[in-house]
Amino acid sequence: MTKQQANWSPYDNNGGSCVAIAGADYCVIAADTRMSTGYNILTREYSKICKLADKCVMASSGFQADVKALQKNLAARHLIYQHQHNKQMSCPAMAQLLSNTLYYKRFFPYYSFNVLGGLDNEGKGCVFTYDAVGSYEKVGYSSQGSGSTLITPFLDNQLKSPSPLLLPVQDAVTPLVEAEAIDLVKTVFASASERDIYTGDKVEIVVVNAAGIRREYMELRKD
Amino acid sequence: MNFMASKQPENSLLGPEADSQRTLYPYVTGTSVVALKYKDGILMAADMGGSYGSTLRYKSVERMKPIGKHSLLGASGEISDFQEILHYLDELILYDNMWDDGNSLGPKEVHNYLTRVMYNRRNKFNPLWNSLVLGGVKNGQKYLGTVSMIGVNFEDNHVATGFGNHLARPILRQEWHENLSFEDGVRLLEKCMRVLLYRDRSAINKLQIAKITEEGMTISQPYSLKTYWEFSAFANPAQGAVGSW
Repeated sequence: MTKQQANWSPYDNNGGSCVAIAGADYCVIAADTRMSTGYNILTREYSKICKLADKCVMASSGFQADVKALQKNLAARHLIYQHQHNKQMSCPAMAQLLSNTLYYKRFFPYYSFNVLGGLDNEGKGCVFTYDAVGSYEKVGYSSQGSGSTLITPFLDNQLKSPSPLLLPVQDAVTPLVEAEAIDLVKTVFASASERDIYTGDKVEIVVVNAAGIRREYMELRKD
Repeated sequence: MNFMASKQPENSLLGPEADSQRTLYPYVTGTSVVALKYKDGILMAADMGGSYGSTLRYKSVERMKPIGKHSLLGASGEISDFQEILHYLDELILYDNMWDDGNSLGPKEVHNYLTRVMYNRRNKFNPLWNSLVLGGVKNGQKYLGTVSMIGVNFEDNHVATGFGNHLARPILRQEWHENLSFEDGVRLLEKCMRVLLYRDRSAINKLQIAKITEEGMTISQPYSLKTYWEFSAFANPAQGAVGSW
């Protein structure tokens, strides 16, 4: 009689897509609100976006329980930072913290695919993109999650990313104005919803700029 | 959806002795729980079956229990793990009461606690093999949430576990609306439970419906649903297509 193997997996993929685009003085972070498992939809109104600091917002897709635990972890660490330094964490500082937090669980990872967006210390938009174990990079725009393969090529085309091989190094922060970037995000999610079964229902769009943080929603296909 | 699943037991370095320390598979299980928000609070339904694999071993299992003053917990999955969770919650509510400060844990708090418990057990590779539904009302605010054995949790206007996700949620999506009356809510739940009875082989025709409102919680006496088996397609299934298919 062979030994019985465990027939459960500690991971699940709850789907969804996230996008972030950095501008000269704003940052747009967006994610759909659908939560799925297998071929089922669990709920149509689940937010994947979490405000970590005054000018720093994270969107994460992947395994929801790990995403929730990661968000709680970072929020708690931010509170401690505020107590110790009497100020909010900057977006680049939070970016490093997120990377370290993810790598800490390198051998039992958070199954969480993150994009971090906000304003840097000069008030310029910044976006950081991650893999599940903390490898990260500052970029001008990024997408993660189940729809990323559909979204990223379109963003590459529209945001005319300069080659990273050029010297002097040019950053990919878009010259688009805030309203144009939001329009682009809406287009991108509408397109992804057509072909990715895990993306749809609603897109939640968060905009960080000098005035603060605001949120808007757009309906997407429900099928 | 098992990108990162491995079919090797995760403790293969420890050897077979360590397996007796962790849950590998469930033994006595309950099937779906279905719940919805209605005008005055939450309505929840679950049958009273406890299956031992394919045997219907226990037929009077109460799978819904009140928690504190404001919450109602329904569980599917391993019954002994549900009893363990009730034990943890007893202690939680006891300590809450012992503060004697006029405050009491509401459904949101209990749901958060359960989510943390389930996630932490999953992290130790020793899960509580349950899908839980937590509903309640506190200070006029209705709350209905669910958490799975690996810690996936969310709240919504209607939730279900197991087969209920496949069979009941679509009905609820079509027919649920804000401010359902009690009678309409019960009718809707019974519709869901009837479909589950017809199509879920682990369902039995003995169920309870629990209601929780600001005033308190009541749970119905066990009763059964009327079923209809005289559909002509079932009476002569091979008509028009003789053979096994």
